[in-house]
Amino acid sequence: MNKTINQKAWFFVIPVFVLVAFNAIIPLMTVVNYAFQETFGNNVFMWEGTRWFKQIMLSERFHASLGRQFLFTFIILFIQIPLGIAIALTMPKEGIGVPVCLVLMSMPLLIPWNVVGAMWNIFALPDIGFLGHSLNALGFDYNFTQQIGDAWFTTILMDVWHWTSLVVLLSYAGLQSIQPAYYQAAEIDGASRWAVFTKIELPKMKKVLTIAILLRFMDSFMIYTEPFVLTGGGPGNATAFLSIDLVKMALGQFDLGPAAAMSLIYFFIVLLVCWVFYTLMMRNEGNQ
Amino acid sequence: MAKITLKDLSHSYLKAQSSDADWAVRNVNIDWNDGGAYALLGPSGCGKTTLLNIISGLINPTEGDILFDDKLVTNLNPVERNIAQIFQFPVIYDTMTVYDNLAFPLRNREIEEEKINSKVHEIAEMLELSSTLNNRASGLTADGKQKISLGRGLVRSDVNAIMFDEPLTVIDPHLKWILRSKLKELHQKINRTMIYVTHDQTEALTFADQVVVMHEGQIVQTGTPVDLFEKPKHTFVGYFIGSPGMNLLPCEFKGGEVILNGKKIETHKKVKLNSFTKREVGVRPEFINFGSEGIPVKVLSVSNTGRHKIVDTQSESGKIKIIAKPNENIPSGSAFLNFKKEYTYAYGDDWIIE
Repeated sequence: MNKTINQKAWFFVIPVFVLVAFNAIIPLMTVVNYAFQETFGNNVFMWEGTRWFKQIMLSERFHASLGRQFLFTFIILFIQIPLGIAIALTMPKEGIGVPVCLVLMSMPLLIPWNVVGAMWNIFALPDIGFLGHSLNALGFDYNFTQQIGDAWFTTILMDVWHWTSLVVLLSYAGLQSIQPAYYQAAEIDGASRWAVFTKIELPKMKKVLTIAILLRFMDSFMIYTEPFVLTGGGPGNATAFLSIDLVKMALGQFDLGPAAAMSLIYFFIVLLVCWVFYTLMMRNEGNQ
Repeated sequence: MAKITLKDLSHSYLKAQSSDADWAVRNVNIDWNDGGAYALLGPSGCGKTTLLNIISGLINPTEGDILFDDKLVTNLNPVERNIAQIFQFPVIYDTMTVYDNLAFPLRNREIEEEKINSKVHEIAEMLELSSTLNNRASGLTADGKQKISLGRGLVRSDVNAIMFDEPLTVIDPHLKWILRSKLKELHQKINRTMIYVTHDQTEALTFADQVVVMHEGQIVQTGTPVDLFEKPKHTFVGYFIGSPGMNLLPCEFKGGEVILNGKKIETHKKVKLNSFTKREVGVRPEFINFGSEGIPVKVLSVSNTGRHKIVDTQSESGKIKIIAKPNENIPSGSAFLNFKKEYTYAYGDDWIIE
């Protein structure tokens, strides 16, 4: 292919470059600044090279919170994606049920993060919360403020409640875009319900599901407000996910250097996972 | 293989029907003989696809029955009816290869792999898909995909009928011609009932032995292409088939005669009844001659298509088109027209009077 060479065209990139610079590159650079230097305030910086990075990479605390983060993200993806698809499949395709379901589904998405956290905190309190009290009344020994398992259970339940709707809405949009002829052809071909799902619905939902998984991965991997309000990272450090741990380090302990290094590592993990995932999902799209 | 009978069939997509317009298909009675090649012809929205889906079992009719060889099948699903259907837009299973796509209807019916293999290769050969059998179906062009859809319809050899719902819409014109003759050839080879839905009269007339014309949910005429041309039973058939369509002129019926603007017109039969709100006389442009006396007209324009001349004229009762031979002399200004008596029909409320 012949490309036209016109260096002046770079001028057209300037506005975008300026925008991106102000909302991403420049703030990020201050973090980079802290990550390679030590400061005691008063704008005095000392070069530290890769010391903070080495420290973080070798720190058990970071390994633990990273492990918790991956575990949490995988659990919620594992629940939310199949559950979201299942709910989307059972939603009505026409009639008054459609707007009713859509509004009901989008409700949790409209609630601010900290409100969700507070809601679930109160809802799950073992003595006065409806969920906590009921579970205890039923004979379960449930206390999310003291027992690790219960804290995880509640955090996951909250996230599933809050975000499954997003997967539902995306899957539903994917399902709605399938032309009726596909279902009719499958019926003529004698396909079973399972075959219709695996051969028509899933492949047609592939793109929206890729987006759903990517969004849910990123959001859950960067989750902060909800567990912070619900459990505060506790009991102990049991639900201190990466961002909670990061904030503790940066603002609690004021370890700005290691915290900046951790931010960058955190950022690159998210970037890397998204890139690998997207590449894998889109590998066979080239010929379509 | 079966004779398909539709009895008093009506369908509406609405829950309650108040007028004729609420019915997508109304009062259809027709026999599709075993092994026939039929075309279901009509404009968009006339109920062709609905009728087709009712026959295949994708839609349950509001009223009436469907019989296969006099056996009631109204409540059976498409698999139980054993029908193949090809849709307007290509339907393929993206994740499968071309081979698996073609094998899919057979595998769902749990046929042995060996038989599937030979059948798939046979169909692929016929549709010229052999070289792409192992490719992923999603990578093909629109007409390649539609060939797969066709193939999936044809791969089962025991079907009662094969339905085509405007299957060549997405195909390039030159391929259209090839595929259509393929289908025709196939019909002669496998001798299955084929019902071909289209809004294109050329497609219908070249494919089918019997053409069924639909208009506003009703079947207005069933017949051979020649029947439809020479004796349209409904004014719609008159102007929908033929290019240009039939001339239809408002007239009066008096004492068994057709009176056009005070002048008696001879038609193929006498008009017995007179209780119509809409009275028309119809004659195709092919069956009109210029004469020294007859219906006075003014010649407006002449266009030469090469094969013939189309003459636009204006009479007292409306415009009349005439098809004349390319070498014929066309009078300019005032002229007189004669209608061929045996091809001139009287229509009362759109239906032919016989």
